[in-house]
Amino acid sequence: MFFTISLYIALAIFGVGLLYKVWTWFRYKIDIDTRNISTSARFFAAIKGIIRTLFSPKIFTLLKVFVLDILLQTRILREDFLRWLMHMCIYCGFMLLLLMHALDEVITSVLFPDYFSTINPFMFLRDLFGGMVIMGLAIAVYRRFILKVPRLKTNAMDGYAIIIVAIIIFSGIILEGTKITSYSTYQQMQGDYLELDDEQELRALESYWVKDFGVVSPNLKGPFDTETLAQGKELHEMSCAMCHSRPQWAFTGYGVARIIRPIALGLDRANMPTTIWYIHFLACLIGLAYLPFSKMFHIFASPLSLMANAVMDKKKSDPANIATRQIMELDACTHCGTCTLNCSVGVIFEEIPNFNILPSEKIASIKSLAAGKELSEQELKIIQEGVCLCTNCYRCTVVCPVGINLQDLWFNVKESLLQKGYPEFLSLSPLSYYRGLMKEEVVKDKYQEPLDRAREAIVAECELMKIMKMGDKVLPLTSTDRDFQSGLSLSAQANTFSACFGCVTCTTVCPVVANYENPQEVLGLLPHQIMHSCGLGLRDLAFGSNMLWDCLTCYQCQEHCPQGVCITDILYELKNLAIKQVKEKTSPLMEKTL
Amino acid sequence: MKFALFLGCNIPARLEQYESSARGVLGKLGVGLVDIKEFNCCGYPVRNLDFKTFVLASARNLALAEKKNLDLLSLCKCCYGSLKKVDHLMKEDASLRKEINATLEKEGLKYEGGIEVKHLLSVLYHEVGLGPLKEKIKNSFEGLKIATHYGCHVLRPSQIVQFDNPVAPSIFDQLVEVTGAKSIFWQTKLECCGAPLWGVNDDLSMDLTEKKLTDGKQSGADYLCTACSYCQMQFDTVQKMILAKRGTNHHLPSILYPQLLGLSMGLNREILGLEKNQLPISGIEDFLVFS
Repeated sequence: MFFTISLYIALAIFGVGLLYKVWTWFRYKIDIDTRNISTSARFFAAIKGIIRTLFSPKIFTLLKVFVLDILLQTRILREDFLRWLMHMCIYCGFMLLLLMHALDEVITSVLFPDYFSTINPFMFLRDLFGGMVIMGLAIAVYRRFILKVPRLKTNAMDGYAIIIVAIIIFSGIILEGTKITSYSTYQQMQGDYLELDDEQELRALESYWVKDFGVVSPNLKGPFDTETLAQGKELHEMSCAMCHSRPQWAFTGYGVARIIRPIALGLDRANMPTTIWYIHFLACLIGLAYLPFSKMFHIFASPLSLMANAVMDKKKSDPANIATRQIMELDACTHCGTCTLNCSVGVIFEEIPNFNILPSEKIASIKSLAAGKELSEQELKIIQEGVCLCTNCYRCTVVCPVGINLQDLWFNVKESLLQKGYPEFLSLSPLSYYRGLMKEEVVKDKYQEPLDRAREAIVAECELMKIMKMGDKVLPLTSTDRDFQSGLSLSAQANTFSACFGCVTCTTVCPVVANYENPQEVLGLLPHQIMHSCGLGLRDLAFGSNMLWDCLTCYQCQEHCPQGVCITDILYELKNLAIKQVKEKTSPLMEKTL
Repeated sequence: MKFALFLGCNIPARLEQYESSARGVLGKLGVGLVDIKEFNCCGYPVRNLDFKTFVLASARNLALAEKKNLDLLSLCKCCYGSLKKVDHLMKEDASLRKEINATLEKEGLKYEGGIEVKHLLSVLYHEVGLGPLKEKIKNSFEGLKIATHYGCHVLRPSQIVQFDNPVAPSIFDQLVEVTGAKSIFWQTKLECCGAPLWGVNDDLSMDLTEKKLTDGKQSGADYLCTACSYCQMQFDTVQKMILAKRGTNHHLPSILYPQLLGLSMGLNREILGLEKNQLPISGIEDFLVFS
């Protein structure tokens, strides 16, 4: 009764969870372009796409992916043999246990009519599969907790996954061990299956089981004489051997039985086998019920992600399906960290401790975004910075073991975040080059806006620039900012600006200045003027000029300076300081939150 | 002769033909290349944001190469400029070196300044040499006029990058002329391609690129030649966008140097990836004289 009811409850939660998760695939959105495609439209587009793919030559691609990437997991193997071994052990071991042991009534006993869990090969295989899972778990623990891989993060969900699998397997093994030693189980079996009245015969069989089958009896301890054992063996072969192989074959359970031998009687009296059976059974049900909400959900989502990505094409596929796939991919992520370990900018995390720089951690933030969770301005800015700090090198996408198209995901998330209206200063760096190349993918009137906003945000913090903007050429008396003057020392170019004697060579050779008829109108201060304002300690003027952000860093000015002023390096430094200043003023919390 | 090949972020993702052609050419010339999978971004794109971050990113690459005791060969000039700058800083500035190494220490790395950073062109010119290079030329170009685009970050700041004479460089021209092509004189040869501002200020970036294209065309060039990922993307992918957007008629396709050299060395077209360029360059083969 308890068994049936709790099983059905767990199955119901599992089923509802599964449906809920699949429903979110069609409901959640990342891409702005697809905001107006309805859930039902996306659902039917997916059905149509799936049917069309199944009845096309693409079915062969799917089959190939199924065998190589899903069953054999060659993508993990390519990355790291140890991890492949780990995953294969857990995944094969657990799957086989599920099919042979957990579903024995439905599968194994149908396929093999003389199936009993206590005879070989089934008894041995059960322990072998369990042993495989344990080996996999050991590698997982070693990789995550002992081997200190830089920037590989382990979160609560990774811990849960390891713990639930460990509880299921170890409780199973302990259960097996206690049952081997259990005298009450022995007695019960004897009562159920044997019609023996003869005291001597009963003693003989029990002796045989105590000696060779690990049963711990309160009455008989041995050593036993050969005659009794021979008689016991005969009785055993007549009545028990059909269903019982020697317990040594269940090597893990038998190991436990050997260890607990001294306390076995006590355990048996305390009805331990039943208690452990409840633990084992409930752990399985919790694992099942919680599966759709845990990282174990990747069992379903990852194969789908691999297959979808193998047959979908950004240019040809229905945008509705691409939107759906991107949400599904978030569930496919196993948080294995492969992307982060290969990330081109992962090392930057050591200087800028924003978790969202690391691809594997970005996914969690994107999940919140996609689910429409209310995030604070600070949180959004932090995610935006993480998503923008990317060189678009595609490495994460190439290595992802579950085939998630991370590059497209980052691009879409970045664009939708940039539309939220917070300035992003990284868009004023070469990191924007890729966005320029992808111009066609960005909604036309949304392309320029983030770039202007970043510049405006910087100028907004420069009081003197505002006065200049108003057309007032006379600046109020401003005191020298000595901290600023002496602060220009990052790149060992300290104070070279003070050697400037105003020959204007830098401005003359600057190709950006040369591009405009009236450069000051467009660029604000020109290079030599910026050097001069550094000398005067007028930080606002130096920070607020467009010249800073329109600098090509071509080093013509620096190369030609007769005084050896490191102009380009100073401009770099001014950019660093300007961004730092604006960030400190507008998002003082951001550094703290990080 | 063995180097750690530094590809950077753009080449594997957007310019595969640069990698395959460079590997092809260097392989034929007996230059050994070692791949270090752990290499990361050179730091160039984050230099606007934060100096230390820039140094750390670059220094990690130098440390990885030093661990293998290999000099570093960069294909991209922006990577080259960044790596050179940080190499210089790490060698000269003891306190910075100490600070950066303390961070690298976490993953068992450190940089002591024991290696050199080189560019593809400097390896071909100084290490391989024009003589041995000439011996490998099978088919010479005839009547082909090439405008060499040096790229800023390999020339300047000359004290740091030490590639060639910053005012009158000649390495690239000599390397082009080995193939039988003529390297023409053009006014804006040493100017910037405009790439650093693409995505930041597109109009300005396009102005600067167009200026160079017009000059190259007017100076009689048939093709531009580059040896940098950003310059090549600017003159190839972005030029294509400029042509579509501004409808101007500067059409001056750009070929990567190892593609040009590879053609004259008789390398397979597949390896050179001629078809992978955005603007077609296969017309250049008409200038080849097969011996």
